[in-house]
Amino acid sequence: MKRSQYLTFTLGHETLGLGIPRIKEILGYREPTPVLRMPPHVRGVINLRGSVVPVLDLSIRFARQSQPIGRRACILVVEADYKGEKHILGVIVDAVNEVLAIGSDDIEAPPPFGGTIRSEFLEGLAKVHGRFVALLDAGSVFDMTQLARLAGQSGHSTPKLAGT
Amino acid sequence: MNLDQALIAFVAEAGELLERIESALLACERDGVAPETISELFRAAHTIKGSAGLFGLDDIVSFTHAMETSLDRVRAGKLELSPALIAVLVECSDHLKTLVGVAVGSDPEDSPVEDAKGLELVARLQTICGPITLLGSGSAQPSAPVSTPPEPAATPVGIASADTWHLSLRFGPEVLRNGMDPLACFRYLRSFGEIVGIEVITDALPTPDAMDPERCYLGFELGFRSSATKERIESAFDFVREDSRIRIMPPRSHVSDYVSLIHDQSEGDARLGEMLVRCGTLTARELGEALQAQTQNPSLPPKPLGEVLIERRVVQPPVIEAALDKQRQLAEKRPVVQDGGLIRIEAGKLDRLIDLIGQLTLTGANVDVLAQRGQIGDLRDAGSRLAHLVKEVRASALQLRMVQIGATFSRFQRIVRDVANELGKNIALKISGAETELDKSLIEQVSDPLLHLVRNAIDHGIETPEVRVAKGKPAQGTLSLSATQDAGCIVIEVSDDGGGINRDRVLEKARQQGLVAPEHTPTDQEILNLILQAGFSTAEVVTNLSGRGVGMDVVKRNIEQLRGSLEIESPQGKGTTFRIRLPLTLAIIDGFLLKVGGVAYVVPLDLVEECVDLEVGAGGGNYLALRGRALPLIPLYEVFGHTGAHMRRRGVIVVRWGDRRAGLVVDELLGKLQTVIKPMSPLFEDLGGVTGSTILGDGTIGMILDVPELLTQQQQLQ
Repeated sequence: MKRSQYLTFTLGHETLGLGIPRIKEILGYREPTPVLRMPPHVRGVINLRGSVVPVLDLSIRFARQSQPIGRRACILVVEADYKGEKHILGVIVDAVNEVLAIGSDDIEAPPPFGGTIRSEFLEGLAKVHGRFVALLDAGSVFDMTQLARLAGQSGHSTPKLAGT
Repeated sequence: MNLDQALIAFVAEAGELLERIESALLACERDGVAPETISELFRAAHTIKGSAGLFGLDDIVSFTHAMETSLDRVRAGKLELSPALIAVLVECSDHLKTLVGVAVGSDPEDSPVEDAKGLELVARLQTICGPITLLGSGSAQPSAPVSTPPEPAATPVGIASADTWHLSLRFGPEVLRNGMDPLACFRYLRSFGEIVGIEVITDALPTPDAMDPERCYLGFELGFRSSATKERIESAFDFVREDSRIRIMPPRSHVSDYVSLIHDQSEGDARLGEMLVRCGTLTARELGEALQAQTQNPSLPPKPLGEVLIERRVVQPPVIEAALDKQRQLAEKRPVVQDGGLIRIEAGKLDRLIDLIGQLTLTGANVDVLAQRGQIGDLRDAGSRLAHLVKEVRASALQLRMVQIGATFSRFQRIVRDVANELGKNIALKISGAETELDKSLIEQVSDPLLHLVRNAIDHGIETPEVRVAKGKPAQGTLSLSATQDAGCIVIEVSDDGGGINRDRVLEKARQQGLVAPEHTPTDQEILNLILQAGFSTAEVVTNLSGRGVGMDVVKRNIEQLRGSLEIESPQGKGTTFRIRLPLTLAIIDGFLLKVGGVAYVVPLDLVEECVDLEVGAGGGNYLALRGRALPLIPLYEVFGHTGAHMRRRGVIVVRWGDRRAGLVVDELLGKLQTVIKPMSPLFEDLGGVTGSTILGDGTIGMILDVPELLTQQQQLQ
């Protein structure tokens, strides 16, 4: 049986998991610099050793209320693919829990409806210590094309030529 | 350097030389033939052939040989560089470009199409230039010798009877590591002669356990039959000459010269002598005589070969001239030091340096901030000095990346010529400001948009000769490319003296395509700007060149991505000018720091004219009276949707882009800084008003304002 490693973390009242290969590092929370005209799911940008990295609010990405930033909040630095290149994104989570090795047999397909997170964002549900951990599908959660499109829509677009 | 790298260097060199050939040919076509241009053409073709020979690229060698031969005849005054010949040579240079491409391509198969094209071109060269001896691969060709050593009527005593050149080669130990294969030299030799005998000298071989497989230990003695000149034979060793001992002796050299050769090379007399015999260079009798002569006169002074050659009048003045020419040429193509003390550097190394200096700039700014905050006076001074030095280092480093735009401009000569011919138009290209310098990466990225503008101007802008004459204009149209520096940016203009943009037609099309509402009457400038909109095209016929709907909007967007802008000017009937404004550099800028709603923003300092204080509620609304002129104001806190405490005083920063000026109303003016532009995540691609971000001295992030866009928006809102 194939076992893969996942980092589990808390978002709101839920425990979520993300495959380790996607995660570059975990940072203590730091206040992002807001970027004007960005949609609410982008909280701003942070300085990661000289690189400017956008930071996402996952709660808003999953269409929920944004959580107030707590004492244990962290920023996960993850890698996303976009047009054949790797890009770095930050993701705010409420707390980081542990790294688990989960066998493929312990992962169930996500229910098509009824879950608290839309099934397209999920790779599956894993049963760990008698509890369910929702494993995120990084490809669709961090789909840069979609994120950028949402960003473009929400920004005040450039005023167009009068009459056009 | 390994062989692949050497091949890459060859391709790069060949590309440059071909560009030179092309522009020289076009210059001849345009301005008439100048002797130095012909020499340049010849040298370029010759160098390509020589280098290709080293890599065993026989196709290129034989094809370039045909070009070289015709150019040589032109150089010697035997042939006129007629327009017809120029036209064929231009095609030849294109074909050669293809061949060079094939040489590095993954497909090693000979392409029959290419071969046929090559043969056709050579045939056309021959109809103009007369018969050209073609180079076969590997066999000697009976060709008319360019220069033959003087032939003695009868072989006098003391002169070797063999009619072969003798080549004595001791390759340097490093030649293999330098990417040069001695075999390639032989292969090249065989393209113009026959190796009649070869002996391998293995004396330098160490014991097997001490042998380094990457070192070359071999020497060769070879007899070579060819009617080629000495210069030609020497050219086979151009790339190895520096670390190798190469001696080339013409046929029928004086026996004593062979003796001096035997002396000079370190192997034993008798053995080397026997080798000369085996190579067919000397007969046994001659060797005997020579060795005898040597014993009779043991103090035989070894004479330098050149001296001997001139003494014996083996080398004729033209050959010496050619050799000097060759030397100059070698100096030109030597990879490191070029004429005028230029150094060629790999772009990657430069990028790394610029990147490091970017980080140094940031860290330096950080140190300076901390130093100024502290109480130690000396530290503050040191901080200021450091900041000053960093600024100078940065400026010099950026200067390294600056290249003249001239090379990009002259590439358009060819395009203008071809496209104009295709459309039956007569167009002259005028270039000015070729010496204007611009960041290399900017030049690369702006050349596509420029190409588009140039093609558009030829296709849509300039009329056919008939129409022009009917309008009372000269039949020849003029297309101008110019570059100038203005207020911290580079202005590139593409203008034509054609019919100008037809407003009625643009408006009609735009209404048809739904780009303008029927009830709206746009201003003149608005109509011109319509052609920059996506999907707009007025061309009735989709030509081969433009009018495919991939249009001006792409050009505009490409330029905006470089933090530049595109303007159109088009007096009806008199022509059109596209004006591109670009920042001088992409990587590091001087900026002015300001704050709005607690967030830091940076405005490129080049665009800032002055700063003034603004008393809130002083009246005037959207305008500020500045020295008797009304300056439009842009309240940034409104533009960016910041809500915050109402401030009693605000600052105004006066910016200018082209002929537009406005005052940006901000919360705080914080002063000048140097800053490194960080690329924005693709997430922010569609974000308006900001072109990039930067990290400030204290580690926080600042946004770089897109001043041109802010000004454009402001103008449109009025």
